Amino acid sequence: MRNSTWFLTLIGTLLAISSLLVLHAAISRAGGGARLASNRELLRRLKLSDLCLFTEARYTRHPAMADRHAAFQDHPMALEHFPSGSLMSPPDFRREAP
Amino acid sequence: MNRRIERHRNILDFAISSLLRRKGKNLSLLAVYAFIVFIIASIVFFTQALKREATLLLEGAPDLVVQRMVAGRHDPIPITYGDKIAAIRGVSAVSPRLWGYYYDPFTGANFTLVASDDDPPAKESIYIGSGVARIMRLTTGVHWSLRGAKGTPAVFSVQKILPGNSELVASDLIQIREDDFRALFDFPLGRATDLAVVVGNKVEVPTIAAKISRQFPDTRPILKSEMLRTYDSVFDWRGGMVLVILSVAVLSFVLFAWDKATALSAEERKEIGILKSIGWETGDVLLLKSFEGMVISLTAYLVGVSVAYLHVFFFSASLFEHALKGWSVLYPRFGLTPVIDPYQLCVLFFLTVGPYTVATIVPSWLAATVDPDAAMRS
Repeated sequence: MRNSTWFLTLIGTLLAISSLLVLHAAISRAGGGARLASNRELLRRLKLSDLCLFTEARYTRHPAMADRHAAFQDHPMALEHFPSGSLMSPPDFRREAP
Repeated sequence: MNRRIERHRNILDFAISSLLRRKGKNLSLLAVYAFIVFIIASIVFFTQALKREATLLLEGAPDLVVQRMVAGRHDPIPITYGDKIAAIRGVSAVSPRLWGYYYDPFTGANFTLVASDDDPPAKESIYIGSGVARIMRLTTGVHWSLRGAKGTPAVFSVQKILPGNSELVASDLIQIREDDFRALFDFPLGRATDLAVVVGNKVEVPTIAAKISRQFPDTRPILKSEMLRTYDSVFDWRGGMVLVILSVAVLSFVLFAWDKATALSAEERKEIGILKSIGWETGDVLLLKSFEGMVISLTAYLVGVSVAYLHVFFFSASLFEHALKGWSVLYPRFGLTPVIDPYQLCVLFFLTVGPYTVATIVPSWLAATVDPDAAMRS
C-alpha cells in the first residue's frame, strides 16, 4: 500500500472517530435532559446556591457564598493552601451599602 | 486535475517515507505533540461542560441570597429581616435557609447539612447524598450518630439516599428536618443561616438588592447572576494550576517549534540539496516540508482531541481527579454532559497545527534557496 493511502486512511479513521464523538455529544445532551431537570428540581427544592465540586474548605464548597478574602479569613497570615483555590478564583462581586 | 492530485500524492508518499526514515525521532515528537493537545483539549472540554452544567443547574437557585455580616464575617440572620424584605415592592417571597457544615472526625470529611421544609425527612431521619453514603458506608435504614453542639450524640436514621446522578449538586449533602437541625447545632430560634429571596420581575433584582443593602447595612445580598459568574471562573486560565499547565504546554510547544525552526539537520540539508540537484523546484521542496509538518501536526491534533474527549466524558477526567480532590476526603463522582465548542477547537487547531507547519517550512525554505552544491557539501 502506498504511504499516502495509508496516511489518508488513518486521517479518515480519526475523522470518523471525531464525528462519532460529536454524535455522542449530541445524543448525550438530548438524553441528559432528565438528569439535568431532576438536579435542577433538587437545587430549587433545597434552595441551593452552589455546586458540589470541592469539599475541602468552606469557601471552595460554597464559593458563591464566600468572601473575596476567603482564603485569608481564618487569621491574617492564613495563606491559601487548598489546591482547589488555585482552580477557582474568588468571586469578584461585593455589594456594599452606600 | 488527476495529474495534479497524483503529483501531490507522490510528494505526500515521499514526505511520509522521509518521516519514517527518522522513525524514532518523529514518533516521539508525535507522542509529545499529541499529549500537549490532549492536555489543553481536556481542560477546554472539562471547563466548557462544567460551565454549561452550572449555568443550567443554577437556573433553579434563589434570585437573591441575603447574608448578615458581623465584623466582616458571615453570621446567622434574624428571620424578622425576612418580613421587612418581603415588604419591599417586587419581592414575591422570602424564605430562611438553614444550612451548615458537619465535620466527621473519623473520616475527616466535611458534610453540608441542609434543613428544608419541602419534602422533609421524618423526625430524627435524614436524606443523604451518594458521596456521604459511599464514604460512611451507609445504606437506607441504618442509624448514624452525629455529635451535637453540646457534645451529646444525636442518632439519625438514613431514610433515603439521593440518586447517584445528583452528585454534582448533592454528593456531600445531608438533608435534615428544621427542628433536628436546630437541636443538633443548638442553632438559635428566630435566626437562619441566610435568606433566599424570590423576585417576580428578574430585571428588578439588582434594584431590590440595592434597596436591601440600604435598608439593612449589615447585610450582603448575592444575586443569582453573581452565583453564575462565580462558576465562570472555574479553571480560569489565570488560575494558579491552570496557568502552570498551560505555561508548560505552551513552552513545550515553543521548544518544539524552535527546535524545528533552527535545527535543520545536516542530513535534511543534504536531502534538500539532492532533491534540488535532480530537478525539484523550490516550491516542490516547500510542499514536501509542509506535508511533513501536516502529517505530524494533523495526526497529533486529531489523536489529542479524541483522547481528551474520551478522558473527560468517558473516564470522568480522571487525570484531573487529584487536582480537583485536593485535600478533601469526600470527592464527588459526577459525569458531565458533553459539550463541543467548535470555536475553541478551531482556536486550538490554528494555535497548534499552524505554527508547527510554518516552523517546518521556514528553515526548509532557507535551505532550499541556497545552491544545491553548497547544500550537499554543508
